[in-house]
Amino acid sequence: MAMTIHVDIVSAEQEIFSGLAEMVFAPAEMGDVGIAPRHAPLITKLKPGEVRVKLSDKDYQAFYVSGGFLEVQPHLVTVLADTAIRAKDIDEAAALQAKARAEEMLSDKSGKYDYAIAQAELAQAVNQLRTLERLRKRGA
Amino acid sequence: MAVGKEIRTKIASIKNTQKITRAMEMVAASKMRKTKDRMQATRPYAKKIGQIIKHLAYANPEYKHPFLIEREVKRIGIIVVSSDRGLCGGLNANLFRKVLGEMQQWQSQQIAVDVCTIGSKAAGFFSMIRANLIGQVSKLGDTPHQSEIIGTIKIMLDAFTAGEIDELFLISNDFVNTMTQKPVVQKLLPVAVGDLGEESKGRWDYLYEPDAKEVLDSLLIRYVESAVFQGLVENNACEQAARMVAMKSASDNAGNIIKELQLVYNKARQAAITQEISEIVAGAAAV
Repeated sequence: MAMTIHVDIVSAEQEIFSGLAEMVFAPAEMGDVGIAPRHAPLITKLKPGEVRVKLSDKDYQAFYVSGGFLEVQPHLVTVLADTAIRAKDIDEAAALQAKARAEEMLSDKSGKYDYAIAQAELAQAVNQLRTLERLRKRGA
Repeated sequence: MAVGKEIRTKIASIKNTQKITRAMEMVAASKMRKTKDRMQATRPYAKKIGQIIKHLAYANPEYKHPFLIEREVKRIGIIVVSSDRGLCGGLNANLFRKVLGEMQQWQSQQIAVDVCTIGSKAAGFFSMIRANLIGQVSKLGDTPHQSEIIGTIKIMLDAFTAGEIDELFLISNDFVNTMTQKPVVQKLLPVAVGDLGEESKGRWDYLYEPDAKEVLDSLLIRYVESAVFQGLVENNACEQAARMVAMKSASDNAGNIIKELQLVYNKARQAAITQEISEIVAGAAAV
């Protein structure tokens, strides 16, 4: 059996995933990272995006995180997500709606909306959709 | 029959009180279940971030964050978490007694105390004893959100960064089980490293992305926020549990009083009847 690493994914509201995996992929702030067992200790911030856990060659689990932290110890990976959801639970309609709303806010030049908030919301929605799309491609 | 009119009204009034306490007991019981679920749901995050902070203490970062450095203690800050409403037994009273004990100790060491409160009961108490209240938030309801307490925490964090306070404590109730809640004092800043073996210390360091300062800054702030939030959520569960127990004993007490009063009332009624009969009999004998 291949070497494994223990992975814990927790969000502020609940524990999402806990178990052994062969590899973990996460959207770190400086670019995506892949963590294999016996990776050097690492702490980084996460961007909104998809955390993928490789359980075996064919078995992947995907989670959506809206940002947070990633901590790596040689045999332990901890993802502290602000909010995390199992990718298949993402409500596509809600994500599309959020995207439309954020784009509308961005195009509205009247200054009624906070530009930074709109941009963050847009990034979140787009990433949720991208996670879903990828999941679907793999599932098909 | 005019016998025992006062007793009857008293029984009726106690029965009404009992109805109220019983209703409150049932409401508290169902709320307790919900708040307990919330408490358990947020526990993993608080635990994990605590572990990471502990790992950090083992590491030997090139950048020493001010939150990790011990300094001489002249002034400290405390965040006290209480409930918004009363009628929950000795929950808040026990907590405040603990705080007063701690404050006396600090005072004897010439340490000044700044107070931030969460919940109206604590705010009321600390303004009554004229403590140095520098921030307060209340009326958070049964489902508090982290965003609502960030402001209060920031006051303390800013004070710590500016060097106005040298230590920060969180005082709240710990949910042991439904019957017991224990007031606890938890040191938040500087982050308590605990007793580390010399061996494991300082041999390695994390890789930081993007850099140590940025990661540690936000991670440590998040740590304090999550600890306080966890304290708040636990205190909520404590409040409901304490209220449930208090209301249950109040209902039981009301039941006992009603029983006793009923006995007194029946005796008085019987005495009155007996007296009337003996009067009639005596009257009949006289004729």
